[in-house]
Amino acid sequence: MEIDPFIFRFSIFILSIFVGYYVVWSVTPSLHTPLMSVTNAISSVIIVGAIIAALASNSDKIFDNSSIFGFLAIILAAVNIFGGFLVTQRMLQMYKKKKNK
Amino acid sequence: MSANLSATFYLISGILFILALRGLSSPETSRQGNYFGIAGMAIAIIVTFLSVGNFGSGFIYVLIFLAIGGSIGAFIAFKIPMTAMPELVAGFHSLVGLAAVFVAISAFLNPEAFNLGSIGNIKLASLIEMSLGAAIGAITFSGSIIAFLKLRGIMSGAPITFKGQHFINLFIGLTIIFLIYYLCRTQSSNIFWTIVAISFLVGVLLIIPIGGADMPVVISMLNSYSGWAAAGIGFTLENTALIITGALVGSSGAILSYIMCKGMNRSFFNVILGGWGATDQASSAQSKEQKPTKSGNADDAAFLMKNASSVIIVPGYGMAVAQAQHALREMVDALKKNGVKVSYAIHPVAGRMPGHMNVLLAEANVPYDEVFELEEINNDFANCDVAYVIGANDVTNPVAKSDPQSPIYGMPVLDVEKSKSVLFVKRSLSPGYAGIDNDLFYRDNTLMLFADAKKMTEEIVKNL
Repeated sequence: MEIDPFIFRFSIFILSIFVGYYVVWSVTPSLHTPLMSVTNAISSVIIVGAIIAALASNSDKIFDNSSIFGFLAIILAAVNIFGGFLVTQRMLQMYKKKKNK
Repeated sequence: MSANLSATFYLISGILFILALRGLSSPETSRQGNYFGIAGMAIAIIVTFLSVGNFGSGFIYVLIFLAIGGSIGAFIAFKIPMTAMPELVAGFHSLVGLAAVFVAISAFLNPEAFNLGSIGNIKLASLIEMSLGAAIGAITFSGSIIAFLKLRGIMSGAPITFKGQHFINLFIGLTIIFLIYYLCRTQSSNIFWTIVAISFLVGVLLIIPIGGADMPVVISMLNSYSGWAAAGIGFTLENTALIITGALVGSSGAILSYIMCKGMNRSFFNVILGGWGATDQASSAQSKEQKPTKSGNADDAAFLMKNASSVIIVPGYGMAVAQAQHALREMVDALKKNGVKVSYAIHPVAGRMPGHMNVLLAEANVPYDEVFELEEINNDFANCDVAYVIGANDVTNPVAKSDPQSPIYGMPVLDVEKSKSVLFVKRSLSPGYAGIDNDLFYRDNTLMLFADAKKMTEEIVKNL
């Protein structure tokens, strides 16, 4: 009997939850704010779906009622990707060690 | 690009995201981690372009829209003051949520593009996944908007509660599940739209009863939701990168919520059901008669600290509001010149989001190895000469250790009262967000400095 591909994806999902659990516990508390902004940025990988949706239109019209939602989602996700990574970068630049005189 | 090849690249970008989070285990590796994250995102986007393989005029529009969104994002990232980080993160969460809703809608309207079947005949599993993704996305969106408005001060931080609230939420939640079941049977687009609309409502109802001081939990929780929404869409699109990322973000937000709840010694449900402080205020705060406090001025404070050998600074939300972090750093520099040993003590729920205080101190060029967490530093208060409490309140309240009647009893607090003297910067004697009188104000070794946190700190600098 063949295994449903859903089960494979579900396995990846569950294993990733465990990976996330252990990785996030090892994050130092002083970096919890950058953690939130970077998770925000990476969850915008949903832009992948937005791009597919935007380019899916099989008619000659670029903006049909389905692709328009894709384009809107691209804007939203792009704000998040650029905003999220850059603001994280900005924060992380500020964390400095004591200068040894 | 073949489906197998692109799936492999999506896996790589998922792994790069894991490394991005892994980097945050220490500030030294964190910057590199962020580059891993950016690389992962770039790979995911490029692979998607290649696998769709449509480089017609639509592609140009995609690039234009990317550029528009990207410039808005970059502009915000450079302009935003560090004190506004909680609002910014809440705002960003709302965008992820709404993007998830849009992608789900698009998939519902044009299922062929995603290989999910055809209109009116969408695969059962996909239908469940996309409606769950849309519902969670919608809840994340409207919930984050409310959180944003509360953090920004546009909406009052006070909990909004009404009778039967939890019953209504439960009822609506069950309705959504029922509608998803019904959607699977009928494939009706009206039901799909209803699910989305009701979910927006749930997000609002879920966040309005939660008060301002509980915002760290709310933000973490919405962070988690945005991850689950992404994972739901990831299942619909059969995309590994999205599934991995969604799971990572979902568990990350859940852990942060747990840490925040533990920092307040409250259960998650207790926070979610909301309304803390609204009921307790009457009994505990008003029954107190006027008790004597000692108050001092900047001169006294400067004198005390100059002659101390060690000082611990306890910052809180008030420091963020007053933007006092830079003045504070100047004060510490002056103290160090006098040979005083200074460290900072951060309570897990200080501020309005996890790690809020650490970012502000980092912004003011405070080296991160002078900043300590509750467990690391709590024993040091007993050997410290002066504790300088700036903008913190409830997290220093000794009542949490002594009075089982108090609503904050059992909450881990900083043992500020054990230091030889306590300088407490505060505008008035009003209780904190929890509505609980702080016993610390009336202790013999406490000197109240009634002023704005920034002004007082600046005055102390002048007197040093």
